[in-house]
Amino acid sequence: MMRAITCGAVLALAAAPALAQSQFEKYQRMTAEGSPVELFELVGEDLWKKPQGPNNVSLEKCDLGKGPGVLRGAYAALPRYFKDADRVMDLETRLLHCMTTVQGRSPEEATKRLFGNADKPSEMEYLSAYVAAQSQGMKLAPGSTHPKEKESYELGKALFFHRAGAWDFSCASCHGEEDKRIRMSELPVLSTPKAARPVMATWPAYRVSNSQFKTMQWRINDCYRQMRMPEPVFGSEATVAMNMYLTTTAKGETYRGPGTKR
Amino acid sequence: MRATLAGGNTDVRVLMTHPMETAQQTKGAPYFIQNITVKVNGKPVIEGEISQAISRNPVFSFRLKGGAKGDKIEVSWLDNKGETNKTETAVA
Amino acid sequence: MNRTLLWMFGLAGIAAFALPAFGEPNAREVTEVLKRDFKARGQATMDRVVQDGLQRICTETHDKPPAEVAKALEADQMKTIQYPSGSLMGDWKRAEKMAQSGRGAMWSDKPGVAAGGSCYNCHQISPQETSYGTIGPSLLGFGKKRGNGPDMQRYVYGKIYNAKAYSACSQMPRLGYSGTLTDEQIKDFTALLLDPASPVNQ
Repeated sequence: MMRAITCGAVLALAAAPALAQSQFEKYQRMTAEGSPVELFELVGEDLWKKPQGPNNVSLEKCDLGKGPGVLRGAYAALPRYFKDADRVMDLETRLLHCMTTVQGRSPEEATKRLFGNADKPSEMEYLSAYVAAQSQGMKLAPGSTHPKEKESYELGKALFFHRAGAWDFSCASCHGEEDKRIRMSELPVLSTPKAARPVMATWPAYRVSNSQFKTMQWRINDCYRQMRMPEPVFGSEATVAMNMYLTTTAKGETYRGPGTKR
Repeated sequence: MRATLAGGNTDVRVLMTHPMETAQQTKGAPYFIQNITVKVNGKPVIEGEISQAISRNPVFSFRLKGGAKGDKIEVSWLDNKGETNKTETAVA
Repeated sequence: MNRTLLWMFGLAGIAAFALPAFGEPNAREVTEVLKRDFKARGQATMDRVVQDGLQRICTETHDKPPAEVAKALEADQMKTIQYPSGSLMGDWKRAEKMAQSGRGAMWSDKPGVAAGGSCYNCHQISPQETSYGTIGPSLLGFGKKRGNGPDMQRYVYGKIYNAKAYSACSQMPRLGYSGTLTDEQIKDFTALLLDPASPVNQ
């Protein structure tokens, strides 16, 4: 009798993480129903095609890595090295580059409102939704051969484990151990492919909790805020390196975003 | 807004940007969409009323009988403060 | 073994552990990147990107410093703990509210507004709160199991003030040492864990 009870208890304990995980997945499925993500993609498409700036041209000549105006698969191949800028860039960094070089907009104007809110999303958020959607079904394959791409990966990896700030946090402080959660939010161990893959396959994403569409630059920014650090500069080498590290860790995963998250 | 033909019908999804704040949230100054009108090629086909029970930035999904590529769908709304807004698209 | 020798062994140990994989920047190089790519905002000033010795050693050893080094770090951190005079037990009811709050020390926080402890982010505390994190151990029944005498009060107070005094590379923030929480607040949290009337100990 005691053996049966012990067996049952052991089985229950073993099943607990699996049950918790299935509840997270169930929640994710439920929130994805009725998500307005595609509506953000549509506005993004309009913005991509809208002539703007002193040059009065659209972004349709913007080269996201596959050639001017080529969108299919471009997001899945980012971050990567760009010869014309001589640096590694992620999607948002590259969009900013095109806004200033192709459209002739000033950096001040183009960076005035990078992150939006529920009442008014930002141009960057709409564009990210549209461009990312054009990589659906493609495997994540960020740049890996150019020396600067390798440097970017190594910097991102070092940053992930770098403890600093008023609360001594690194990314790994929260994202370093399996089956942990912060309040009721699961914490994927982003330094492992198993956990990084489903995450990077679904950013950028619509966030149900604040009715807003959020991008990777925002996610990195907001993590550092909660890590009690100062603010990372948008599109800086550090932020791109973090994106490079996470995307490389998830490489090979089929992109299925933009996603819907809590 | 997206309007697509699907098996003889038109599926429409529209996001209406609006705070949709309840009387409780605003301590007595609610702000929400009250009336929604859907027109196809200028002709009203749906007249709806919603309340403060609907949350921020409502997404309205509905299906219209029939429809053809290029049909103009217009969704307009009126809130309790008398403000109106609308969005339109062509059936793809 | 005298202290100099101890530190020499300690430093040699760190150097061995700190040899980076080919191409990976070291902590000092990462700090230079942070100085260049981050900017001050609100109360989050740029001094925060400068690692103190503990942060650097924990980074370089992937949070697993050699035992002698960990001991030395913990002893150093222990020296920073300032105990208020009198009782260390405050008001557990106030603490329960503050444990729920995740505010404090961020650039989005108004300076001067009281911080919370962010406790529920990582810990289970009172049984009625089901929305708790699991990064740290459950604190359910803490006082009931361990008693609430003066030594236990000093331990709990000290741990909240500076968790690194007890575990050098712990992920728990140094809530008192960093200036996030006041003495009064830490006393309240001590009571939340140890007071027999606290929901934690029912």
